[in-house]
Amino acid sequence: MSEPVIVANELVKRYGEFAAVDRISFEVAPGESFGLLGPNGAGKSTTMRMVGAVSTRTGGELSVLGLDPDRFGPEIRSQLGVVPQADNLDAELRVRENLLVYGRYFGLPRKLVAERADELLAFAQLEEKAKAKVDSLSGGMKRRLTIARALINDPRILLLDEPTTGLDPQARHILWDRLFRLKEQGTTLLLTTHYMDEAEQLCDRLVVVDKGTIMAEGTPAELIRRYSTREVLEVRFGSDRNSEVAARLSGLGDRLEVLPDRILVYSENGEAELVRLTDAGLHPITSLVRRSSLEDVFLRLTGRSLIE
Amino acid sequence: MTTLTGPRSDSARAIEAGRRSRTWGAWYVAEHRFRVMRSYTGTVVVAGIGSPLIYLYALGVGLATIVDANLGAGAVDGVSYLVFVAPALLASAAITVASEEFTYPIMLGYKWNPTFTGMHASPLQPAQIVDGVVISVVIRMLVNLVLFYALMLAFGAAPSPLGVFAILAGALGGLAFGTVIMAYTSTLEEDTGQLAMVMRFVVLPMTLFSGTFFPLSTFPVWLQWIGWVSPLWHSTELARVFSYGAAEPIWLTVVHVVVLVGLAVAGWMWARRIAVRRLRK
Amino acid sequence: MTELADRRPAESGPAPRPVRSLYAGNARAVMFRGWRATRSTNWLVVVSGFFEPIFYLLAMGIGLGTLVGTVTTASGHEVAYPAFIAPALLAVAAMNGAIYDSTWNVFFKMQFAKLYEGMLSTSLGPLDVALGEILLALLRGALYAVGFQLVMQALGLNLSWWALLALPAVLLIAFGFASLGMAITSYMKTFQQMDWINFVMLPMFLFSATFYPLTVYPEWLQSIIQALPLWHGVELVRGLTTGDVGWGLLGHVLYYVVMIAIGLVFTTRRLRALFLD
Repeated sequence: MSEPVIVANELVKRYGEFAAVDRISFEVAPGESFGLLGPNGAGKSTTMRMVGAVSTRTGGELSVLGLDPDRFGPEIRSQLGVVPQADNLDAELRVRENLLVYGRYFGLPRKLVAERADELLAFAQLEEKAKAKVDSLSGGMKRRLTIARALINDPRILLLDEPTTGLDPQARHILWDRLFRLKEQGTTLLLTTHYMDEAEQLCDRLVVVDKGTIMAEGTPAELIRRYSTREVLEVRFGSDRNSEVAARLSGLGDRLEVLPDRILVYSENGEAELVRLTDAGLHPITSLVRRSSLEDVFLRLTGRSLIE
Repeated sequence: MTTLTGPRSDSARAIEAGRRSRTWGAWYVAEHRFRVMRSYTGTVVVAGIGSPLIYLYALGVGLATIVDANLGAGAVDGVSYLVFVAPALLASAAITVASEEFTYPIMLGYKWNPTFTGMHASPLQPAQIVDGVVISVVIRMLVNLVLFYALMLAFGAAPSPLGVFAILAGALGGLAFGTVIMAYTSTLEEDTGQLAMVMRFVVLPMTLFSGTFFPLSTFPVWLQWIGWVSPLWHSTELARVFSYGAAEPIWLTVVHVVVLVGLAVAGWMWARRIAVRRLRK
Repeated sequence: MTELADRRPAESGPAPRPVRSLYAGNARAVMFRGWRATRSTNWLVVVSGFFEPIFYLLAMGIGLGTLVGTVTTASGHEVAYPAFIAPALLAVAAMNGAIYDSTWNVFFKMQFAKLYEGMLSTSLGPLDVALGEILLALLRGALYAVGFQLVMQALGLNLSWWALLALPAVLLIAFGFASLGMAITSYMKTFQQMDWINFVMLPMFLFSATFYPLTVYPEWLQSIIQALPLWHGVELVRGLTTGDVGWGLLGHVLYYVVMIAIGLVFTTRRLRALFLD
């Protein structure tokens, strides 16, 4: 395997007493799509900012494209594309102008920037909006424009901070499709998310982050295999009865999780567990058998849900 | 060396690409500002020609009629009222541009539409963002002041052959005031009327009490300090030295320049520091 | 059948009442909201507005006054320079306050804060909103005017008992500018268009016999200025505070009454087009 493009070793960021990032280590290989999965406030965005060379680390080592971000900020940023969590498109300029101006920040020649701007407008499916005001775009369009803008310098690495948060399902799928194309073209992606479906769709490998530290690392399939079972049976007995019934379920499946609104039964065969349950004379209001997801991994690792 | 830890081609490419922005970054920011200004070109042009015209006519012709009638020609600082007031109006025009371009656009860039964050995610550095804004405003200011000076000539309000240097005096005053106000605006996390207060309690009194419409000496001494601390007074006096050869001791002229340059540099450095603090959290 | 039933009210019902659909008689509710908003956010900014004319009076009256000496008013009276400009500043302050409140403030609330949409989804009509905003602006203007007149009194710049009538005169001026400003604003779409208002205000402020008598200008320029509203306001207030009172002042009053009427007609018509059609 070739040399990693990002190496973080015992990375720390403190704000006063509070450690937002507490000794995180990971490596990202060229062309890889790497995810940081965790709830809000886990330290994902702070990590992204340090990798993006816009935040000085408090401790540990960090190397991006073989360079130290604290010393080679402009050099590293010249090779990055950044899609921040909150859109910061320039509302005083029109859609295409946003790309032109941003390209110039990298010192790229005007002609080259103009060519790329047109290509990227096509890529982002925004050709018809080239002259529109940014404010008139929908949330999904704005995010696509932000991604197009991040690609104007033909970056080696694309940093995406919560790329689809706040978008409706259809807009998310369009965006995933675009990101998947980039991945196929060999762009290295580093993304944060608190959606497990997004992580499963886009990440070759990911780390689960909570309270500034890494809880687990691996491919989505590996993590599910390691920290969960193949299937999950979800049953509901009504808000008042769940915990009462749970006491009678012990021994069912490999493991039980009792949540306020439902009970999760982890097992290799969900249907079989459901049969055992009804045989025991228990009749849930609803029942559902599904494959394990990263949500279950997170629940196992932290005892909490991802989205609270 | 650090470069040995990673793939050589990547770091070499990065170092090559970073070179341009390290040298020219501030100009790329200025380019952005000009593109934004283009969206209000109409306003800039009309304000740039219209308001000097109105001010010069209303004060330099209208008000001058009754002042000169009262005191006789050459009674204010040895020249007609028009000649006396014109360089002051020029210096105030620079302050007006500065108070427009160094307040709301700064608030916008940090907070309301955080384009500065976007710039910082590119190779641009915080200090370069500040420098770029300053460059663009200085250029806009010079354009306005050249227009203003041309109108002064048309009105016959700049008798001295050195008059053209009044443009530099005005720009220096605008910059001295502007960088300080930019630094102050940069410190604001939220605008709950602070900027409106600055306009009312700093910009307006400064315009009125800086020896603009009448010599500072007509004020009682206990009010004259407003002039001494006001960048506008210093730039106005300097502009008067150039535009009609106002008589003042040479040390005072030096003081004007030193105060203005000092303020401009101090404000500029302060604004840079805040930019680093705010953008590199 | 249905067709007939549908048509009947339109043909035989009462004549449409153009104002009823716009006005619920509850402008107070809008004023109350504005008062609460002012108290909780930017009261200091509001208070600071009082100082603007004072600064002008001190700088121009005292500083510039030493250069100017005395000035001859339109009717031939000699007055000291501060007494000449103080009433003009009072009229200008009324104009500025009213224009700011009825243009920038209303425009922002209309286009960005979407405040009026919320208000209009209640029983309030557009005219309630318009009147509420104007009346609140007048209330604020009255406070400034009282403060400024007290300062004038202390400096000995009220030369006659007629000065007591300056307060209602200022309110008339403010009402005139507010209703006109509101009418104009309702046609505006972008901030850039709003900038043009400033370009009209600046020359009007400087030329309308504010800082020196109109006689310094050529005839043609004088007639243009005399057609514009601020000049009438300045002359009205100046006549009262300097005690230079004659029937001619009623002409200025009439000017403002007509201006208010025109402003309100256009505002109402425009609001109906914007919100009801």
